[in-house]
Amino acid sequence: MKRIVSLAALAAVLACGTAQAQMSDGVIKIGVMNDMSGTYADLTGPGSVVAAQMAVEDFGAAAKGLKVEIVGADHQNKPDVGSNVVRQWIDRDKVDVIVDVPTSSVALAVNQIVKDKNKVFLVSGAAASDLTGKACSPNTIHWTYDTWALANGTGNAIVKTGGKSWFFLTADYAFGHALERDTAAVVEKNGGKVVGRVRHPFPATDFSSFLLQAQSSKAQIIGLANAGADTTNAIKQASEFGITKAGQNLAALLIFISDVKSLGLQTAQGLIFTEAWYWDLNDANREFAKKFAARNRGIYPSMIHAGVYSAVTHYLKAVSELKSDADGKAVVAKMKSMPTQDPLFGKGTVRADGRKIHPMYLFEVKKPAESKGPWDLYKLRATIPTEEAFRPIKDGGCPLVSG
Amino acid sequence: MFEICFPEFLGARCIVSQALFGQLLIGLINGSFYALLSLGLAVIFGMLNIINFAHGAQYMMGAFVAFFLLQYVGLNYWYALVIAPIAVGAFGVLLERLFLQWLYKLDHLYGLLLTFGLALIVEGLFRNQFGSSGLPYRVPDQLQGGQNLGFMFLPNYRAWVIVFSLAVCLITWYVIERTKLGSYLRAATENPTLVRAFGINVPRMITLTYGFGVGLAALAGVMAAPIYSVSPQMGSHLIIVVFAVVVIGGMGSIMGAIVTGFGLGLIEGLTKVFFPEASNTVIFIIMAIVLLIRPAGLFGRRA
Repeated sequence: MKRIVSLAALAAVLACGTAQAQMSDGVIKIGVMNDMSGTYADLTGPGSVVAAQMAVEDFGAAAKGLKVEIVGADHQNKPDVGSNVVRQWIDRDKVDVIVDVPTSSVALAVNQIVKDKNKVFLVSGAAASDLTGKACSPNTIHWTYDTWALANGTGNAIVKTGGKSWFFLTADYAFGHALERDTAAVVEKNGGKVVGRVRHPFPATDFSSFLLQAQSSKAQIIGLANAGADTTNAIKQASEFGITKAGQNLAALLIFISDVKSLGLQTAQGLIFTEAWYWDLNDANREFAKKFAARNRGIYPSMIHAGVYSAVTHYLKAVSELKSDADGKAVVAKMKSMPTQDPLFGKGTVRADGRKIHPMYLFEVKKPAESKGPWDLYKLRATIPTEEAFRPIKDGGCPLVSG
Repeated sequence: MFEICFPEFLGARCIVSQALFGQLLIGLINGSFYALLSLGLAVIFGMLNIINFAHGAQYMMGAFVAFFLLQYVGLNYWYALVIAPIAVGAFGVLLERLFLQWLYKLDHLYGLLLTFGLALIVEGLFRNQFGSSGLPYRVPDQLQGGQNLGFMFLPNYRAWVIVFSLAVCLITWYVIERTKLGSYLRAATENPTLVRAFGINVPRMITLTYGFGVGLAALAGVMAAPIYSVSPQMGSHLIIVVFAVVVIGGMGSIMGAIVTGFGLGLIEGLTKVFFPEASNTVIFIIMAIVLLIRPAGLFGRRA
């Protein structure tokens, strides 16, 4: 047995060469954890693993002498399941960085564990702006979007076109609460008012009861502070119950390309929403989307997939400059000190509170006649410049920057 | 019009009576799905003694068959309403012949584990093929639009759901409890050897009963397709609630499944108004209370 171990160690040393001699256990191990089987599986799921793989390949890790391994796991949208996976990954499997993690309740739990164990946490899937607010951590970077950015983009656009009174239909967990809170703040700041809200269990299938409550509130806008199948079901049923025809409008505060596809343009047309990335914005994105879809059962990338690609790319850059992945805080500090650049998000920076900043986009779902292909779904309404897209660093209450 | 207000611990909400009627009606509509699904489960448990955990997956398959028929064959909802239950029912018959028939003499646990495993496999296969975001299915043209009832706008399709499922439930109850065929079935579960002595092919009858129960699940799936997303996990969301309904009604009791299905739909509907955060939990609270007071369920015959 001893012989085998020492042989294996020798082989590893020979195979690795010198470049990654300082990597903990010789391998950079990336753990992609998300919802692999439930309501968020198409917008995160196996696609995020594919995106991470593409980032590693495009970075040319092998040619640079870096040995990178990617593992994936399903957290089933449950904080306890997610916490167990992450503890096992770090303690037993020597995972160095946790990536993606949609479902804010899970992400907030993982955020704490990764900080305690001094690893790195790159959030693409989760939305709660608390991750760079009161729960910010020197080991965490929030990459793609957050509830503040969504509220700021969509909320502003709708209040300014006259949607002054709001009723919220909110998923009853950390994400929904954060999205409702951030949107309500934007609405009130712009002179609108919130006339009521109802918190539905997550996940839910039948929204008719909640929609009737929204209807009797007489609010102009019904804000959907939920995601995935919850959002698509609510939109479908709102049209079934004639709520949109009767003059109330829906605001889908978080909606992804897979949701719009699932609704179909007939139902979804005209919806206005905010996202960080869309495949048809430029040539680099289109090229990525094509390659990605070929490896992901034909499903086009969501902004979360693109965020995973971008985050992993920047992480690998930082680690290869540091020549070490052992100290999570040091890696994140390095990532903050280097400007980001990748084909999908262009140039950007990571702020001291862990917020990665880039422009956000206000999109509108196309009419069926305007769409030229099965994934031709959005048209760009406005670009929200980087400096306005995210919550100002002083307003977040992040202890890393205030104290 | 009057207002009903509820105390602090129930959320201190007030609601006008008209809105309340709307909510009750919606509860009844959701209840009709519970009733239809728990009816199939009760038939299978009552006749075969199998706890059919694949029921949710079979419901999902029904919705998918409807989707396939429309997408690839061009057959609309009304054809799906007939074809999907038969197709999925045939799949059930196959399962029964291949697997379940060997389990009748064993503990319930084996049937439960087997069907649970099958459900996971079926869901996994569908997810692999069709993703998890759901596929669109339109409300049939004849049932588009709705009626303004004064207190709410009732989509025609929902009205159809409630009427049709009530009819299916009552016919099933009638066949099993009041006809000769039903009496054979019930006798065959009590004492298969004796019934066989009368020249009745008991194993075939059992197989067809399972197929029928599965067909009911598929029927519910077709009815759900236009209002909920057709997605691989649509059944697993519902199945746990439906099991609670069956347990509350009394395992194997046909009327129990129907009455509690509609009843719990109503109660859940009211919870969604007065304390929405608890609307997923309320059915299980009721289940716990019922099991404490009447372990055999509200309509259960066996102690």
